[in-house]
Amino acid sequence: MRVGLVIVSHSDKLAEGLCELAGQMAPDVALIAAGGTDDGGIGTSLEKIQAGIARADGGAGVVLLADLGSAVMTAEMALEFLEEDQREKIRLADAPLVEGAVAAAVAAQTGQDLAAVVRDAEAAAASMAGAAAESGAAPADAAPELDDIDQDDTGVLEASWELINPMGLHARPAAVVAQAMADLDADITINGVDGKSVMMLMTLGLKAGDTLTVSAHGPDAERAVEMLGLEVRNGFGEI
Amino acid sequence: MDLNAQWAAAWMRDAAAAMAENRQRLIDLDRAIGDADHGENMDRGFSAIVEKLDADGVPATPSEVFKLAAMTLMSKVGGAAGPLYGTAFLRGSTAVAGKEGLGAEDVVAFLTAARDGIVSRGKAEPGDKTMVDAFTPAVEAAQTAASAEASGAETLSAAANAAEAGLAGTEPLIARKGRASYLGERSAGHLDPGAASTTLILQAAASAAGEKA
Repeated sequence: MRVGLVIVSHSDKLAEGLCELAGQMAPDVALIAAGGTDDGGIGTSLEKIQAGIARADGGAGVVLLADLGSAVMTAEMALEFLEEDQREKIRLADAPLVEGAVAAAVAAQTGQDLAAVVRDAEAAAASMAGAAAESGAAPADAAPELDDIDQDDTGVLEASWELINPMGLHARPAAVVAQAMADLDADITINGVDGKSVMMLMTLGLKAGDTLTVSAHGPDAERAVEMLGLEVRNGFGEI
Repeated sequence: MDLNAQWAAAWMRDAAAAMAENRQRLIDLDRAIGDADHGENMDRGFSAIVEKLDADGVPATPSEVFKLAAMTLMSKVGGAAGPLYGTAFLRGSTAVAGKEGLGAEDVVAFLTAARDGIVSRGKAEPGDKTMVDAFTPAVEAAQTAASAEASGAETLSAAANAAEAGLAGTEPLIARKGRASYLGERSAGHLDPGAASTTLILQAAASAAGEKA
């Protein structure tokens, strides 16, 4: 049972196209387009959104993403009209439509719960700003020793590797890593961000030659470090 | 005319006629600073309300007429005006629920709730060059009229006149909400189409009550 998504746009084509795009990375997520007016014009329809929520809801909740002004307002109205027992399960993400929908879809695909899907969608805005500001500058910290696992007094495992695949930690491997980490019972931090969040991993913008450092704490900490090390050394299956 | 359900229905019909008549004017205002769909959207929305009243008959109270209007506008308008006016009529409907006839105080309660609904839905403040710039002076004028013991119809008329003045005041403003805000300073020098449709709606309320607006 996965969180479903409703894409609310002024344009039916935009909503459909975005469902198609996000669906490539989230084949098992209910992605429902609610674009355009009832008669196919540009605008938003309360009825389409309400019907979309009903179709997207498989029991784990629904996240709505909306494009411009009236789409957001109409989505908010749809939430106000929900029955009391549905309110907790249906959320509108405050996120840029395309990046937010892709991030939410990936999070939903990896089985994240409603709050985590919303969080990843909303983190997409930060990732956009980061990508624009950073323009490729990698952190120039001295690289820690590679292929080296340390355990400190508090039971936190740490390890670092250099990324060897040409594309680095881009969307697909970020999704693979986040999904693998999400299944483990451990607090996992990768280069200072939540290792279970695909969007936060993407915001790191790690490229070939950059160093990935993991800190893990909890019953599955060792497995987390092992799995991650295997993925990195295999170049996320891309080499 | 008493401000009963028949008046509320007549208001919707007068508003629909005003939207049809001003369709091109609203389109032109919206073309200058927006996406040129406001006239078409408002015409479609209010026509749909009239169709619904014709098909289902006039409900028993003004509140029920407003609720019907709200639900229809929300599903038929398409643009931002749908949820904004939909929220306005829905909140207004709640404010006068159960009453068969509205007095001046009820008109004030209706307009206040409607304006607050628009503000909370659209997050606009006075001076942002939106329908709030017509609605807020309308609410204030209605309060003044009601406390001077005007009738309900006179209160509506005062509100409509103040809305019209508020509309004129939107011309020099720089838009800070909605599609027009993307234009920045270039939005100055044009009347706001939302304030224009608000004025038409409130004028229709007064004219349906037999007041010159």
